[in-house]
Amino acid sequence: MLRVIGKRLALLVPTLIGLSILLFLWVRNLPGGPATALLGERATPEAVERVNELYGFNEPIIAQYLTYMGKLLQGDFGTSIDTGRPVLEEFATRFPGTVELAVVALIFAIGLGIPLGYVAARYYGRFVDHGSVVLSLLGITVPVFFLAFILKYLFAIQWPILPPDGRQDPRMDATHVTDFYVLDGILTGEWDAAWDAFQHLILPGIALGTIPLAIIVRITRASVLEVQNADYVRTARAKGLMEKTIRNRFILRNAMLPVVTTIGLQTGLIISGAVLTETVFAFNGIGKFLADAIFALDYPVLQGFIILIAILYAVINLLVDISYSIIDPRVRVS
Amino acid sequence: MQESATPPRSSRPAKKRAAVVTAGLAIGALLLSGCVESQRDEGTADGGEATVDSTFVFAASSDPASLDPAFASDGETFRVSRQLFEGLVGVEAGTADPAPLLAESWETSEDGLSTTFALREGVTFHDGTEFNAEAVCFNFDRWYNWTGVAQAPSVSYYYNNLFRGFADSPDAAVYESCEVNGDLEATVTLAQPFAGFIPALSLPAFAMQSPTALEEFAADDIGGSAEAPALSAYAEGNPVGTGPFKFDSWSVGEQLQLSTYEDYWGEQGDVETIIFRVIDDPQARTQALQAGTVDGFDLVSPADIPTLEGEGFMIVPRDPFTILYLGLNHEVEELSDPLVREAIHHAIDKQALIDQTLPEGTQLATQFIPDVVDGYNDEVTTYEYDPERAMELLEEAGYPDGFEVEFNYPTNVSRPYMPTPEQVFTNLTDQLSAVGITATPAPAVWTPDYLDNIQGSANHGIHLLGWTGDYNDTDNFIGVFFGQEKLEFGFDNPELFAALDEARGMTDREAQTAAYEEINEQIAQFNPAIPLAHPAPSLAFAPRVDSYPASPVNDEVFNMIELNE
Repeated sequence: MLRVIGKRLALLVPTLIGLSILLFLWVRNLPGGPATALLGERATPEAVERVNELYGFNEPIIAQYLTYMGKLLQGDFGTSIDTGRPVLEEFATRFPGTVELAVVALIFAIGLGIPLGYVAARYYGRFVDHGSVVLSLLGITVPVFFLAFILKYLFAIQWPILPPDGRQDPRMDATHVTDFYVLDGILTGEWDAAWDAFQHLILPGIALGTIPLAIIVRITRASVLEVQNADYVRTARAKGLMEKTIRNRFILRNAMLPVVTTIGLQTGLIISGAVLTETVFAFNGIGKFLADAIFALDYPVLQGFIILIAILYAVINLLVDISYSIIDPRVRVS
Repeated sequence: MQESATPPRSSRPAKKRAAVVTAGLAIGALLLSGCVESQRDEGTADGGEATVDSTFVFAASSDPASLDPAFASDGETFRVSRQLFEGLVGVEAGTADPAPLLAESWETSEDGLSTTFALREGVTFHDGTEFNAEAVCFNFDRWYNWTGVAQAPSVSYYYNNLFRGFADSPDAAVYESCEVNGDLEATVTLAQPFAGFIPALSLPAFAMQSPTALEEFAADDIGGSAEAPALSAYAEGNPVGTGPFKFDSWSVGEQLQLSTYEDYWGEQGDVETIIFRVIDDPQARTQALQAGTVDGFDLVSPADIPTLEGEGFMIVPRDPFTILYLGLNHEVEELSDPLVREAIHHAIDKQALIDQTLPEGTQLATQFIPDVVDGYNDEVTTYEYDPERAMELLEEAGYPDGFEVEFNYPTNVSRPYMPTPEQVFTNLTDQLSAVGITATPAPAVWTPDYLDNIQGSANHGIHLLGWTGDYNDTDNFIGVFFGQEKLEFGFDNPELFAALDEARGMTDREAQTAAYEEINEQIAQFNPAIPLAHPAPSLAFAPRVDSYPASPVNDEVFNMIELNE
């Protein structure tokens, strides 16, 4: 198993090199350039020239790339042009927020999606089934930013029962140890802070989790439908096994394989949904910061963040592969 | 104020019917939140009544770029700086005129080169360091002796623009030396005359900072990597000034907190804690005010004003310190004809444009500076709205049937001087077509396309652009627009260029003001472009805010805020 993991991690290296080259070329061929973004509407050509020279944008692109990679290997992701802070630091301060948000979104999607899909399959063709199919269709078709906006408008402005923006109430005087605000509140015993932080996650979490929820419902339903008509289920029934055992150990477990794959893929996609959700809820996470970096043509942030997210994505998918063998011993990671 | 790219405004919200459909999806949210409601009330009550009163939460559109204002040029940085720091020179409340602040008075020598400042007594920095003549000279020498990255125009923007040179390039430098004459008297000597010296010192970039803290936290150590300048330890979390508030904490991307400085020499107001909450989406700022998580925000969208007022929020307009103009490219044959330019001027009903597309409080422009700036000419030549006259002039110029011209305007952008460019474009197009001038629309995204095209090429016709002033400096407006030959306007007027150059170098403020009044008339007669309006930016506040010290140059210190609850 360890060898396999090592092999998979080694495969990551050429992937990341390829990605970094593509990114580097793409980012540097964006129109405008960072000098214009930095200096604004009254920039003189001389000032633009000075900035280009100062930041090394005038060097040949291969030299720029090699310098960049050399530093990257030493853990130096460069400094944000926009904020003047190290890219790694910017990532580290925003990462916990996005993770908290993603966890809530996934709990919402999985916790509701698997039971819904299962129930729909069990009562195939009946009202519950049709209802869940329609709802999941809606979930897939409603754009994230629109849903985020509506949720915010209804439950934070019209009926203000949940906070409209941010990760914590601005007036909350909370101690931050890990920058995971809910966890911080629990660790320090500041329960009101933890509770407040959690409330800030509900609306964006639902907005972000809706598409994964809809997809999980559909995949679970389809998968359970298939498995519950399989030969071994019929055999189990014929053997006179208890219905509960059949459902939990035969149907659900076997039906979970495609669902887990989907969850893995959706986890990665949550990052792209986070860009929109975090903007609507003024939530300080990596999604919003990445979107701002695109507008500001912040080269180092664009490159650094995308590479870091790619690594994350690869690791999540590795974990998903490993979990296959736990769910289904017949599958060997290879 | 230096401007930079702004992300496009967020998309408009939804229609009602769609809201009903989506409400189904939101049932989950309702269930979840329904059961948390009661406990949430408990949670907020924990904060206690005492802190609610004196804590003021302001929604900022971004983090400050740096906590060291000497290395900043953006509005959000200066908003924070103004609470922490004070300069030798301040601003008369509600105007753009210089007023005593840390210097109680000053006297300038006859040649205009040396200014002696008499300093306020009993002022200390937040770290206990005494504010005295030595601290003043420490700051001036600090700016002058910057090296390396600190000298980059993108880093020390204002010092570069106004003082022009450093110790290692003394030929260009405006500053020469600073002398300590006693504990509370310092003389600053300039190498060349600079009539705007005193008003320039009211910029937060030239605020007085604690010499002890600047040294301890290596404020000038901003080398960073070669790719971008990095913030010093001072600029990241150790700013020390003499202002009514001192720095508490900064959670980047979320909020920045300041609190009362107990030993402040002046008045302490109702606000004891300021929280700047970062909300970069304009719509989200409005909603945060409506939801009650913030007490106020800046640059209210004109479309939101009636709604907010209807809901009981207070709208505070600033006196305009902006100019919106219709640029004319003289490279275009028709536009190089003075008669045509006059005709265009007569064809435009500025008041109608203002009423239909610009926020309340906007003033009609007759020249390229707002009336609070020195050199504003009350008797300048104006061109009344008179479409008949416009058509006569066009005929006289040889265009009896009018002509066709490209009309460049930016899309998806909102500037303090132009909240909705598309609306301004549509309005002006209609007005021009009434006299026979057909404008072909040429929209472009703000940055880089629009700015590159207007300022970096001759390939444009008439266009929309404007400016927000930094401080009371006439050259900062008309000198920037018409001080030299530019691709934006494409004309060469040596007489005007020379007049502006001369005025800039004048040492006597009164003579300079008179010269600028004359130049404004000269521009009005030459009519190189059409000044349209001075749009007024507004702020919005929660009902618990009784008054806010709105200032045309954004010199707004929160100890002057009055709260009723």
